[in-house]
Amino acid sequence: MTTVPFADPALEDALRELRAQAPASVGFGALVATGLADRYAPIETSLGRAFVAWNGRGVSWVGQAPDAATFESRFRASVGREIAAADALPERLASAVARRLGGDRRVRIPLDLRGHTPFEVSVWMKALEIPRGEVRPYGWIAAEIGKPKAVRAVGTALAHNPVPLVVPCHRVVRSDGLIGQYSMGGPDAKRRVLGAEGLDTAWLEAEAARGIRFTGSDTTHIVCNPTCRDARRVTPRHRVTFPSLAAAASAGYRPCKHCRPVSLAA
Amino acid sequence: MDTDAGLARRLARDLEAGFPDLVDGHRDRLYTIALRLLGDRRDAEEVAQDALVRAFRAMQGYRPDRIAELRLRPWLASITVNLARNRRRRADDRRPPSQLEPMLDAGFDVAVEGSSGPEQRADRRETQRELATALLRLTPTVRAAIVLRHVDGLSVAETAEALGRPEGTIKAQVHRGLRELRGALDAAGARPTATSPTKHPARLLPALEAIR
Repeated sequence: MTTVPFADPALEDALRELRAQAPASVGFGALVATGLADRYAPIETSLGRAFVAWNGRGVSWVGQAPDAATFESRFRASVGREIAAADALPERLASAVARRLGGDRRVRIPLDLRGHTPFEVSVWMKALEIPRGEVRPYGWIAAEIGKPKAVRAVGTALAHNPVPLVVPCHRVVRSDGLIGQYSMGGPDAKRRVLGAEGLDTAWLEAEAARGIRFTGSDTTHIVCNPTCRDARRVTPRHRVTFPSLAAAASAGYRPCKHCRPVSLAA
Repeated sequence: MDTDAGLARRLARDLEAGFPDLVDGHRDRLYTIALRLLGDRRDAEEVAQDALVRAFRAMQGYRPDRIAELRLRPWLASITVNLARNRRRRADDRRPPSQLEPMLDAGFDVAVEGSSGPEQRADRRETQRELATALLRLTPTVRAAIVLRHVDGLSVAETAEALGRPEGTIKAQVHRGLRELRGALDAAGARPTATSPTKHPARLLPALEAIR
């Protein structure tokens, strides 16, 4: 074909003027999708309104704050990424979070736990295995992740859980049976969350105060953590209690395979 | 702001640290490319964002020396053109041709700057509407060449690289596209004041003259 030089400066200028400005959401959306920035939205929980932050890699942060601005500034200070409000969680994430908070442990929620140590992540992943309505002592987590002496470090890791409620650090209590600290508002908040999950914390703390650490059934000769669903099915007539796993063992009781009770440091 | 070559080297050193600058520097042009190829703002937003995300993921899989050598402008344009093409194919499956017009209408609200008066601004806006419409009536192949070469402003060599076509082909397609656009504008803008179109093609369209 013959290409006669075709100069049309006015047309070329007009074409250049077709350049448009992208809405801010385009650039920010790309940063969110790649995990370099986050969005957040409020959710309702048993502790009232909380905020959930997420990015393309998963849920990155859950927290309470008096208002959105406070949540944003805490997020930026702690995580170091930019964050912007969204109207709501993406539909799939919203239903996954709702199901998880409702006690469904099978629902998968992607979590963005970059920047945390493998030890912390292993503690949080273990906490995810504790069923709704049950609790385990810190020492149980330590033993289960193969670091039986790291009980204090487990407590610290749980205190630093960036996604409370989604990762149920509230289901981990002190080895002496006291309810223990909670990052989302102290022991009272922890009692409220556990109560909303169907656990009678007054009963639990009263048992602990009486020195009860484990309970068993004299028909099965199996010993459990007191809140294990198997233990709670035992009728009062057949229920036996132990101050230690050693006491249970010497009475001929074997540990439950569901709740896997472990010896607790004094 | 550093050059694209400098940015590519920084991305090679630390992808996550450099990526926000890539987004800032290229977001508008990728959106423009998608908008002028597709004619729909929502589609363009999605394509531009998706192009940025795909660029990031691609670079995650590249060795640093490969990232450092990327020519970001044509490379990002090429990702955007491919995503827009896939999007259009799907859109064509969805929409019967008779519904083309409302689709065409969506992306035309071009920001017109400058100190010209309201009348001239209205004229320019009208011209830009006509031009954007005429662009969407080009064949996709010619349209892509025109959008990269003259809307985005890539060189012929960069346009050839982005579209994976020889430079000679690009030149011919751009030439053809400009002629068709001019013809379409002249047809659309034929007004009583128009005179001697061969000597002063721009005068056919007062609005087009106004933007010079």
